[in-house]
Order: sequence, then C-alpha cells, then structure tokens
Amino acid sequence: MELSEQNVKKQRPVHLDLQTIRFPATAIASILHRISGVIMLFAVGILIWLLNTSLSSPQGFAEVQALFDTLLVKFIVWGILTALGYHILAGLRHIVMDTGRWEELDSGAASAKAAMVLAIVFSVIVGIWVW
Amino acid sequence: MVTNAASFGRSGVHDFILIRASAVVLASYAIFLVAFIALSSPLTYEVWSGLFASLPMKIYTLVALVALLIHAWIGIWQVLTDYVKNIALRGVLQFAFVVAALSYLAAGLIIVWGV
Repeated sequence: MELSEQNVKKQRPVHLDLQTIRFPATAIASILHRISGVIMLFAVGILIWLLNTSLSSPQGFAEVQALFDTLLVKFIVWGILTALGYHILAGLRHIVMDTGRWEELDSGAASAKAAMVLAIVFSVIVGIWVW
Repeated sequence: MVTNAASFGRSGVHDFILIRASAVVLASYAIFLVAFIALSSPLTYEVWSGLFASLPMKIYTLVALVALLIHAWIGIWQVLTDYVKNIALRGVLQFAFVVAALSYLAAGLIIVWGV
C-alpha cells in the first residue's frame, strides 16, 4: 500500500450513523428533478395516446372526456402535472444557477427548498383543478 | 478528446446547450397547452381540433417533440450513466428510451398531420 493511500485511510473519519445522516435539500431537489423527468418520459406516451384519441373524432373526444371523470385517470393526470410543475421549477432554478446565482451553500439550499415548496403549492392547485 | 458515443451532442458543452435550449421550447409548449386547456372551459371538440388544425400549432407540436427527443436523450443518458453500471444493460435501456422518444415524434407527426 502506498504511503499516501495509508494516510487517506487513517485520517478518514467513519460516519455511518444512519439516524443522523440527511440528504441536503439540494440533493433532494436534484433527485426529484431526475425522477420527475423519467416519470414524464413515460407520461408523454399516455398523453400522445390521449391526444390521438381526442383528435380522432367527436366520439373520441367524448371518450377522453369520460376518461377524465374516472378517479384513476384524475390521479394519473394530477401526478403528471405535479411532475411537470416540479421539473419546470427545478429547471428554472438550474438556468438561474447558470448565471452564477444561487451557487452558495445557503442560497443553493434556499432555492432548492423554494422550488419544492412552490411545486407543492402548484400540485395542490392542480389537484383542486383536476377534481 | 474524450467523447461518449451514447450521448446526443458532439461534446459535454454541446449537450449542456442542447438540454437547455430544448428545455425552453418544452417549458413554453407545456405551459401554453396547460393554460389553453385551463382557460378554455368548457373545452369542446371544435375548439380542441381547431387548435391543432392550425399550421402554427402543428409546427409548435412537432418542434416540441423534436426538443423532447433531444432533451430526453441527454437526460436519460445522465441518469443511466450515474445509476446503471452494467454497460450492456445501460446500452439496452438507452436504446429503448431513445426509440420511445423517436416513436413519440413519429406518432405526433402522424396525429397532427390529419387534423
């Protein structure tokens, strides 16, 4: 073993107390951005199918409208819009960060929390709208 | 120069620009469509098909689906290269997602064509 490697191993503190380890808000914001993106990649398949049916004929449009009355479809649409809302908010945060802002520990955590809070507010509004 | 054959752009910087440019198109399209549905109540078949019958909306839809292909390609590459370490599995998944996004584009083209 190299001397430098020994030093690294010796000096590293071991911290595996799962009770106290927390993801910072910025990490949660990041993983949610990824999850919401992947969800929407599947969601677009559903939306394109709905678009096709709704544009096919007045009957097809009525079928899609009837679908929107079912609880399961309401829930799916609410989920898709929640993912979309968060993904756009987190994306806007990224674009602001590209300009050099919100890159400090405090401002980064604050903007991550703000994006999540705004996404929850949007999700509630969309939930009221869908139901 | 290190390049990755599975990413979309010619370089990391190219991907960086492309994912942001496509994001702007996708965000504007999504906000427009959600706002249109929310503000036109009751939404009738005439209003809905009238929207997609117009040439600008057909173009907007297809541009958004091209942006989706680019955005999803880069995005799923970022996710898969972080979490799927098995190269064969990652290749298969990347292939499946890109084919799905391409299929969305093809489906969208055919759907708005006939309206």
